Amino acid sequence: MFYTEAGQFSSHYRADRRLFRLRQDRYALYALLLFAFAVVPFIGSDYWLNAILIPFLVLSLAGLGLNLLTGYAGQLSLGSAAFMAVGAFATYNLELRVPELPLLASIALGGVFAAAASVLFGLPSLRIKGFYLLVSTLAAQFFVQWLFTKVSWFSNDNASGVITAPPLQIAGHDLSSPAGRYLLTLGFVVALTLLARNVVKSELGRNWMAVRDMDTAAAVIGIPLARTKLLAFALSGFILGVAGALWAFTYLGTVEPHGFDLSRSFQVLFIIIIGGLGSIAGNFLGAAFIVLLPIALSLLSGLLPPGVIDAGQLENLQKIVFGLLIIGFLIKEPEGLARLWQQLRERARVWPLRY
Amino acid sequence: MDFFFEVLTGGLLAGVMYSLVAIGFVLIYKASGVFNFAQGAMVLFAALTFVSLLERGVPFWAAFALTLAAMVALALLIERAVLRPLVNRSPITLFMATLGLSYVIEGAAQALWGAQVHGLDLGIADEPLELGGMLLSQFDLFAAGTAALLVAMLSFLFNRTRLGLSLRAVADDALGALAIGIRLPRIWAVVWAVAGFVGLVAGLLWGARLGVQFSLSLVVLKALPVLIIGGFTSMTGAIVGGLIVGAGEKLAEVYLGPLVGGGIENWFPYALALLFLLVRPAGLFGERAIERV
Repeated sequence: MFYTEAGQFSSHYRADRRLFRLRQDRYALYALLLFAFAVVPFIGSDYWLNAILIPFLVLSLAGLGLNLLTGYAGQLSLGSAAFMAVGAFATYNLELRVPELPLLASIALGGVFAAAASVLFGLPSLRIKGFYLLVSTLAAQFFVQWLFTKVSWFSNDNASGVITAPPLQIAGHDLSSPAGRYLLTLGFVVALTLLARNVVKSELGRNWMAVRDMDTAAAVIGIPLARTKLLAFALSGFILGVAGALWAFTYLGTVEPHGFDLSRSFQVLFIIIIGGLGSIAGNFLGAAFIVLLPIALSLLSGLLPPGVIDAGQLENLQKIVFGLLIIGFLIKEPEGLARLWQQLRERARVWPLRY
Repeated sequence: MDFFFEVLTGGLLAGVMYSLVAIGFVLIYKASGVFNFAQGAMVLFAALTFVSLLERGVPFWAAFALTLAAMVALALLIERAVLRPLVNRSPITLFMATLGLSYVIEGAAQALWGAQVHGLDLGIADEPLELGGMLLSQFDLFAAGTAALLVAMLSFLFNRTRLGLSLRAVADDALGALAIGIRLPRIWAVVWAVAGFVGLVAGLLWGARLGVQFSLSLVVLKALPVLIIGGFTSMTGAIVGGLIVGAGEKLAEVYLGPLVGGGIENWFPYALALLFLLVRPAGLFGERAIERV
């Protein structure tokens, strides 16, 4: 009733190809963006902004990066945290050594460095397929972590290897308040999501999906495999790098190589499995899930009488719940939360009828 | 030169330990096409269960039998709850399911038995043995012997028994095997149980060496390059790959490490594996997949 598409016709190709064809979707998106940009920074408490919204946004961005590579182009990767680390350390060093560079530019350039690293470790994908490619992404994971720990130049010869965030200033505006950091993160997330959405809808995106579904067949119909795969690595690396820089500077305010270990890579992978492989909206749903589940679990255990579940057990419990959720989602809903959301929308379209 | 050979043999013997984990992995990949990331978690689970039983005063062999029973139960559970509902799904889906599985097993193992480090003494003295002028770890030799025995047992199982015949049939063509009346679920349960047994042996040896603790489950990260060098489908490959990785990483640590600041053992096996893959993309002993459009 409220969500009907009756009477909405596309009378030219541009209207037919726009991002959200349905008026309701479009208005909902505008409303959401308006709310996120203009309302949340004022009503959100520091706790909400710092501990929930910023990590949620950054993890969504990381999920987006991996999803382009794994969900759309079909190249399984366990090294996403490595590229996040490259982005974070590159941004830090750019700010440190090229102080005249504005913050936005150095974050973007950090993404470019991560993209370059990603392409480098993606090169073997031209020859190696499937699970064998895991070795390349794992090599990236361990090598990058080792490099940033061993070579102290990257952390400005800081003895502990921990670096602190550069001052977050854009055109003289100080963004180091929670609301400022939130807005900075949100800006990057919205811009890169739009970019990714448009790329996925373009010829390149369709080529990625063809390569994912069967690369031999894709090559036979004339898709340039090497270029397609490497572009997937590049864009994925860029987005992951930006996510890493944001993770370090807007969320934690500091960074050390151990923050980007293998379990961070797994976390990003779980976001896209739970959210939905090959779906843009899924990254946001998956990230929300990953951020909120531990909080929900600790709240729930707080309701129990004290002493039933101690802190150590809570961590184990969390692991078990994550594992079970992964398996459950793969069995029951391989397309993840995004699929559930889509079903809900389809229901709403025909409501109050069933079909 | 003596020093070189000492490092080399030490590396080769350490490599045998990697092979042990990789063998469990090959078993499962061969019979069900599942890239089982949970093998490391299974090693951890087996070792933790065994050690906790020992600490509760259960005698050695009884503890071994009980742990084996637990591993078989785990295998049956995995077959029922994870593999059967995921039948016919893509290999990537199955891989991610085993990733989830490894989280469940690790979480459960630590929730059940606690996260502290347990010492495990198998009664083998870890005194260096002098052989032809070289110092060899007695424990490593014992591990190598165990691995050899295990491989002999497994190849007997695969090549000389009726069960092994059906295992090979399933590995060759699951649908064809199903058509001639081989029960696929039972085969999977058996394979996972055998992999559990291999995990138990690996867990005991690794546990005796490093102490039984969470890091055991990270052994899988060492086993991955081993498999990738050897190929996923070959037991010989797992052994040869283990030797290459073990020797390569020790030699690299000793001779290359000082040049770049040391600690390269973490990523060197992967770099080595990449080199091998660029020459043979399916591993040394792996089967080359023929693709048709």
